[in-house]
Amino acid sequence: MNHKPMEEARIGVYVCHCGTNIAKTVDVAEVARWVGEQENVVVARDYKFMCSSLGQDLIESDIKERGLTRIVVAACSPHMHEKTFRGACQRAGLNPYMFEMANIREHDSWATDDRAAATQKAKALVEGAVRRVAHHTPLEPLPVEINPNTLVVGGGIAGITTALELANAGYHVYLVEREPSIGGHMAQLDKTFPTLDCSACILTPKMVEVGQHPNITLLSYSEVEKVEGYIGNFTITVRKKARYINEELCTGCGICEEKCPKRVVDHVFEAGLGYRKVVYRPFPQAVPKYPVIDRENCTYFLRGKCRACQIFCPTKAIDFEQEDEIITFQVGNIVLATGYDLFDARRIPQYGYGRLANVFTSMEFERMVNAAGPTGGKIVLRDGVTEPKSVAIIHCVGSRDKNYHEYCSKVCCMYSLKFAHLVHERLPDAEVYNFYIDIRAPGKGYEEFYHRLLHEGTHFIRGRVAEVTDAARQPGEEGKLIVQVEDTLIGKQRRIPVDMVILSAGLEARHDSREVSQLFKMGCDFDGFFVERHPKLDPVATMTEGIFIAGCAQGPKDIPDTVAQGAAAAARVAGLIHLGTVMMEPVRAYIHEELCSGCRICNTLCPYNAIVFHEDRQVSEVITALCQGCGTCVAACPSGVISGAHFTNEQIMSQIEGVLWDVRRNGNGKQPTVNIQQSTANVQQPTVNEP
Amino acid sequence: MKYGYYPGCSLEKNARAYHESALVVAKRLGIEFEETPDWNCCGATEYFAINALAGYALVGRNLALAARQKLNGQGNQLVAPCSACFLNLSKTDHYMAESPELAEKVNSALAAGGLSYEPGSVRVRHLLDVIVDDIGYMTVAEQVRKPLYGLRVAPYYGCLVVRPDYQHIHDEPEYPLCMDGLLKVLGAEVVDYPVKTHCCGGHMTQISEETALEMIRRLLKSAADYRADVIVTLCPMCQLNLDAYQEQVNKHFGADYHIPVLYFTQLMGLAFGASPKEVGIGKEFVDARPALAKIQEEPPQNAKQKRSRPPKGALPMPSMLSHHKGGGQ
Ligand SMILES: Cc1cc2nc3c(=O)[nH]c(=O)nc-3n(C[C@H](O)[C@H](O)[C@H](O)COP(=O)(O)OP(=O)(O)OC[C@H]3O[C@@H](n4cnc5c(N)ncnc54)[C@H](O)[C@@H]3O)c2cc1C
Ligand code: SF4
Ligand code: SF4
Repeated sequence: MNHKPMEEARIGVYVCHCGTNIAKTVDVAEVARWVGEQENVVVARDYKFMCSSLGQDLIESDIKERGLTRIVVAACSPHMHEKTFRGACQRAGLNPYMFEMANIREHDSWATDDRAAATQKAKALVEGAVRRVAHHTPLEPLPVEINPNTLVVGGGIAGITTALELANAGYHVYLVEREPSIGGHMAQLDKTFPTLDCSACILTPKMVEVGQHPNITLLSYSEVEKVEGYIGNFTITVRKKARYINEELCTGCGICEEKCPKRVVDHVFEAGLGYRKVVYRPFPQAVPKYPVIDRENCTYFLRGKCRACQIFCPTKAIDFEQEDEIITFQVGNIVLATGYDLFDARRIPQYGYGRLANVFTSMEFERMVNAAGPTGGKIVLRDGVTEPKSVAIIHCVGSRDKNYHEYCSKVCCMYSLKFAHLVHERLPDAEVYNFYIDIRAPGKGYEEFYHRLLHEGTHFIRGRVAEVTDAARQPGEEGKLIVQVEDTLIGKQRRIPVDMVILSAGLEARHDSREVSQLFKMGCDFDGFFVERHPKLDPVATMTEGIFIAGCAQGPKDIPDTVAQGAAAAARVAGLIHLGTVMMEPVRAYIHEELCSGCRICNTLCPYNAIVFHEDRQVSEVITALCQGCGTCVAACPSGVISGAHFTNEQIMSQIEGVLWDVRRNGNGKQPTVNIQQSTANVQQPTVNEP
Repeated sequence: MKYGYYPGCSLEKNARAYHESALVVAKRLGIEFEETPDWNCCGATEYFAINALAGYALVGRNLALAARQKLNGQGNQLVAPCSACFLNLSKTDHYMAESPELAEKVNSALAAGGLSYEPGSVRVRHLLDVIVDDIGYMTVAEQVRKPLYGLRVAPYYGCLVVRPDYQHIHDEPEYPLCMDGLLKVLGAEVVDYPVKTHCCGGHMTQISEETALEMIRRLLKSAADYRADVIVTLCPMCQLNLDAYQEQVNKHFGADYHIPVLYFTQLMGLAFGASPKEVGIGKEFVDARPALAKIQEEPPQNAKQKRSRPPKGALPMPSMLSHHKGGGQ
């Protein structure tokens, strides 16, 4: 194949050193020299930092003075700097789409230490870009209007913050929460470190504000089922699960809850430590105030009898016939704030949770010390009455452990210190032992809090606990839980008998985070946390335009960091809404009507329903405004007459030919030249077959 | 199903009961064993401690012989009932695969006998793992004729079979549950045996008797604390230590333990309806007959009731994760 560009292309090529990031492994001068000899290349330079303003000036002045019509920059990933260099082209009067970037950093210099091989690959990538750019055509970006409504998924403190920030800025928010009430994990906590202010006291005002805000549509006990569209124009389908309560009639008086004869263990809000009724509100300050009937456990649904709640409800709000409701609405942006799951401590059976009665999880302990919790705030053993005389708090349960999660969960050291303090406060005579690997207290006032605990008399024992056992061995161990640990500060095995053990379980990604990320067509990492666009510079955006993340859904963090991200996501969304339109890549499909056979194969394949068929002319046409540039139809068309702008057949084929320059035999009449120096490393060199 | 079988020295001598019961159970479950011809001792722990290379070569020879057994369809799976043999065989295979240098040395030693072994060509299995994973709880359940109702058993895994778990067989090497499940299928009442993976001391009895007796005492005490009638083991070394030294532990500590120590295959055999003699009962030092006399015809009633009513005001007790291997009970 020989693809000739339409006019005589005058190409400028710029090879970046990226300091030493590229230059250390790639012989940049050689790449520039070599590419300067290639067809259509008028200027070829290497430069220390192409992204600097001097680097950009270089491009601009060459365009103006040397009449360049196309530009190639060989540097980092286009994710980093494509925009920068397109800007330089534009400033010099060149259409920004007459530009192509070759990634010789992530795809090359960072991937190997072999200089010869890296230089060879750089040439291939640059040549691919040079040949591709010769076929570029000027394009104009497409303006897309931003729908000013926003969807926030998850009503923990992250989602609450985002929703309120946007609502207070005057924009409408749909807040979708899976549970019957918003609040998330923060609603379960008693005190919050390090200031020890009461969690409910600082959270409930915000929850109330969400419930009453005219700009917030709160969809609780609901889940997003379908997401269609793209930035600016998402169509969202939500399933609002049946509560079996008529929200218009319910006054939230709680009589149904009182009268319901059946109680079950509450594994969600009470973390398994307490009970709830079958018709219930997770906690008294729940927002919204309406209860739900837990269908799976309800005597009426199971056996057709009971209806106690219905009989006693003063406003006749109980409605056993209610069905799930499907709601659809349009939004411009989406913020995912779905939070975390607590690590399931039963996965480490040697710590005894589920086997040994007086081993508790951290969340159980939060509920226990909470005055509104199952024990009314009293610290007691599983029998409900005995106060422990000694308490062991085990850090890093499921965290910093290759068998479970390698990462540090970041908040458990601090909440373990908080627990130690609360035990000292409530049971002044009890001994408290914290078993830690390292104390991680990086935060404002955190280290100070740790010092405070040292003074309060907590015993800190450094070492990962081997096991918690009731197998007594020595006098004094009988009837106790024994914590076996290697104390790494004194270099000895120790056995500490205690009455109560608290497992400071780590934070992990939501069990369904992968499905959620697929639903929203964005990424999650190996651990299941959502992936930010850039770990340092863009922590709340994602690779998918118009979708943002906040809070523990992105990774373990404490409340201050969660709130900061919630607000940051709101600011990013507000910025887009304020702009009103965004420019989208003009990457769209186009059907060459005169060649279309009218087979209609593309019509049904388009996932965005963007292709219409003209009965009169018997041809298909792409509606540009709907097309997302996915390329499905381009690949599917049996006549090969659909082209994707910026991804035309010529462009792709020429790029491939360029990349294969050293194995190509009759591309441009030149003999292939392979001139790599002998490399020290033992890499397989490309071999050239004689024609 | 056909497997290679490596009994190891113990099963021919002190652990005869394990060997006999294993064969009874295998037959009932349709497992065919073909003993590796001309196998030699695995070197136990001593050999590796003194001369590792000689240890690897010793075990390598067994692997080489097993690899030559051509067993239809099954690849070459080699079953070792003894935990030490199992560990040494898997360890040698693992390290030979990891280090080509070691493999070369071992193979140059084997060459003297006209043998060679390519790491990975034999899959080493423990008998328990074969029964739980390949056969499954369901098939075992189908064979139960005389359930072990009322018998309280302490499942004792010992340390060698679960750690370091080169082949990642165990969901939970620190606190395995697969034998617990198996014994439940037999109808026994399985106690939560907190020291289930603690070391029995191995050959410590020969090195420091004081230390060894203390290690054995802990295991016996925990079983007694949980009112276990029988300690169930899967390793000849564990069985020997707990059984043969029980009297000495009693003397040394002034205790009075009488807890028989049986192989899991012996209990399986009994539950399958085999006679005590067929599965080698009577070979143990601590007589198992009084304990086995506790087996009842009917499942005990009270156990269930006791559990469902916690004292008033007590907090709910979390449940354990259900064991997901092998299927139904
Ligand atoms: C025991 C313990 C004690 C702690 N103590 C403190 C402390 O003292 N101080 C502190 O700063 N931090 C503390 N933390 C950390 C704190 O809990 C978190 O920082 C905070 O709750 C994170 O909030 P979030 O909104 O990101 O997530 P979450 O609180 O988990 O909220 C997420 C919400 O999203 C909902 N949701 C999830 N998936 C979906 C879906 N698919 N659709 C709709 N809704 C969904 C959930 O129901 C939930 O309401 C503690 C953590 C633990 C485990
Ligand atoms: S009908 Fe169901 S929810 Fe209502 S009182 Fe009876 S059990 Fe409770
Ligand atoms: S915060 Fe502390 S307890 Fe939690 S994982 Fe990190 S080091 Fe362990």
